[in-house]
Amino acid sequence: MEEQRSLDEAALSAQISRAQFLKKMGMGAAALSGAQLLASCGAFGGAGGGASSGQGANDISGPFDWQREKGKTISLLLNKHPYTDALLADLNSFKEKTGINVEHDIFPEENYFDKVTLDLSSGQANYDAFMLGAYMVWQYGPPGWLEDLNPWIENKSATNSDYDWEDLLPNLRAADQWSFHVGDPLGTGGQWALPWGFETNTIAYQSDVFDKLGLKPAETLDELVDLAATLNDKAEGMYGIAVRGTRSWATIHPGFMTMYSRMGAKDYEVQGDSLTPAMDSETSIAFHDKWMKMVRDSGPPSWTQYTWYQVSSDLGARKAAMIFDADIASYFQNQPGAAPAAGKIAWHPGPKGPGGSLATNLWVWSLGMNAKSTNKSAAWLFLQWATGKEHLRKAAVEADHVDPVRKSIAEDPAFKDRMAKNKGYLDTFNQVIDSTAIQFTPQPKFFDTTTSWAANLQDIYRGADAKGALDGLASDLKSKVA
Amino acid sequence: MSATAAPEQKKGQVSAVSPRRRALRPYLLVLPSLLLTIGILYPFGLGVFYTFFDYAATKPNPDFIGFQNYVSIFTSSDFWQSAWVTLRYAVGATLVETVLGVGIALLLFRGSAAGRVLEKVLIVPLMIAPVIATIMWSLMLQPSVGVINYLLGPFGLGGVEWTDSPRGALLSAIFIDVWIFTPFVALLALAGLRSLPRDPFEAAAVDGAGYWFTFRKLTLPMLWPYILVAVIFRFMDSLKMFDVIYALTRGGPGDSMMVLQVRGYQEAILYTNFSVGLTYTIVIWAAVFIATRLLVGIFGRAQARAAGP
Repeated sequence: MEEQRSLDEAALSAQISRAQFLKKMGMGAAALSGAQLLASCGAFGGAGGGASSGQGANDISGPFDWQREKGKTISLLLNKHPYTDALLADLNSFKEKTGINVEHDIFPEENYFDKVTLDLSSGQANYDAFMLGAYMVWQYGPPGWLEDLNPWIENKSATNSDYDWEDLLPNLRAADQWSFHVGDPLGTGGQWALPWGFETNTIAYQSDVFDKLGLKPAETLDELVDLAATLNDKAEGMYGIAVRGTRSWATIHPGFMTMYSRMGAKDYEVQGDSLTPAMDSETSIAFHDKWMKMVRDSGPPSWTQYTWYQVSSDLGARKAAMIFDADIASYFQNQPGAAPAAGKIAWHPGPKGPGGSLATNLWVWSLGMNAKSTNKSAAWLFLQWATGKEHLRKAAVEADHVDPVRKSIAEDPAFKDRMAKNKGYLDTFNQVIDSTAIQFTPQPKFFDTTTSWAANLQDIYRGADAKGALDGLASDLKSKVA
Repeated sequence: MSATAAPEQKKGQVSAVSPRRRALRPYLLVLPSLLLTIGILYPFGLGVFYTFFDYAATKPNPDFIGFQNYVSIFTSSDFWQSAWVTLRYAVGATLVETVLGVGIALLLFRGSAAGRVLEKVLIVPLMIAPVIATIMWSLMLQPSVGVINYLLGPFGLGGVEWTDSPRGALLSAIFIDVWIFTPFVALLALAGLRSLPRDPFEAAAVDGAGYWFTFRKLTLPMLWPYILVAVIFRFMDSLKMFDVIYALTRGGPGDSMMVLQVRGYQEAILYTNFSVGLTYTIVIWAAVFIATRLLVGIFGRAQARAAGP
């Protein structure tokens, strides 16, 4: 007992002072702050490896059978989106057709791609298939995180005979195809994802306001700048034009990149396998000057906070007289009861470039397969069902999966009837569709370089000289893409 | 029952601990802490290790590059711009929170009925996740539909574009930080005020000392250790602030709000340059560690002064 007492006393006497305690707390907190990112980055083996796992396309033989993987379970990672809602509403059809069980996680777009990046970089097969955009292929593909789907498409034992690969719009197929060699165009190399739903970028406007003021949509960039200013002055309670403005790559890719391309400007000059930033060209500087003047004079207040959500919401709320953004963003605002502007929105391709160019950038929601998936055959059945005619037609006609990736659905009378209720939507779609393609030069540093570009736009918005800012940007990006 | 018979163990009596179990006890006591320490130190050590490589999604089999990541960061103007805005944010937020928090604590210490109600209400911002509080404030600060400009409108002050300029964005972020964390400082200072001995104050009152004299000569010196604890916690937290700034401006306008945490996140997660992102994180850790050591040193001296000779 004596020994025990002395131990207890020793323990009590070993109290640390408050100052020592705080020092240790400080060290602990600092260590924790450092550990935040570490835990999420995984080990070298996680991000690397490139090697595909699980059964491959060549392992599938015999006649095609939807029930081939009956009883298996696949896991999906999805972004919250009307296309996703349409998919989930029809998911039982897939389960009944294949006997495959489907589990899924849905995340909002704000942090969806962080989740995808972390999951893929961990090297685990937590998800067999997931949503991604074409730009993500350039980032996720080179480390070997994506399964090349070409062997699956080409294997008649793995792919049903009604799939009709050629029915998918060619520019959309090409958007998800790349060799991963800088300098090579899209449409070469592996097929890293399947186009599932897309958006083209056009002008959407308050048709009743245009009618009342006797205005017509602009046919040139100069006209667009003037029209936005006129609407800013004359459209009651509205500002001229809404476009995106946050410090994000997503600011560059919709209306901005569309008009930039129509004006004949390029992001990079390609010489062999090297890229030279071309944002400092005369054409680019002149375009930036005009675009930013339009935003400053006739754009939304607090433009630097504007994402697709604010842009489309302002159109729906009749705060913006027109927007230059994804066509489907305004489509959702035009549906009965969706917003005060519902039924009054109309569409127009937007200004043409010199020579009549209607080059339009696109965003394509695609479905990809995790290269580490251990359920590839089941995941492939899901991918071909989700991008197949049966589901996509149902989703386009009965749900809100508009801007169909398949030519047969775009031309389907039931789909056309439905879309005819949206003034100018189909005409606009048909006018721009052949010129709608990824207008960026593919390269793995897309997010880094394009976010810098957006930060540069914000500087110009605040008054920086466009030439000086773009010279600096081009110089900065030169080392990044070297 | 004879006096020499072995006593029977009564119900509820603690049995003797065997020497083996007694020897094991110290190790069992430290085991949870040991596991926690390993849980912290392993990823931390791994992170430090990665900073010596050029590990990225595009370079899954990285090369050892020594201190090149650190050299690149410290010679980059982006880093120094980020360090400067991080420091301005941390100092500004901590300073305002401390002054306001102590002021609120002094008001609440008077013990009025309103004070007792306010004391309960005060913790509400602390119960809201910073990112949610920021989104909420971001909507309220929105120039065209936000309630702040609506309320300021009748006074001719509407139409302010709160986050469109670097200074506006910094002040808005500090304001939101202050709204969330001032209650933390106030509650800590209030607890300190309530633990102060009453005798010196009663003696001062008998001697006819005024409020300001008592505050300067008694309250503040004795409260100083508590204030410093609050300053240490808030400064550490502000140096590694991410959620308020990212949710409010994503680091913009331009690069003006690219604090070190946002830059580290961007490099590691958005651009998948894992080693570069981790290098930023290790630099933040070092900055927090050094700042904390300095503040704890000041705290020790303040505590000694408050304790008296």
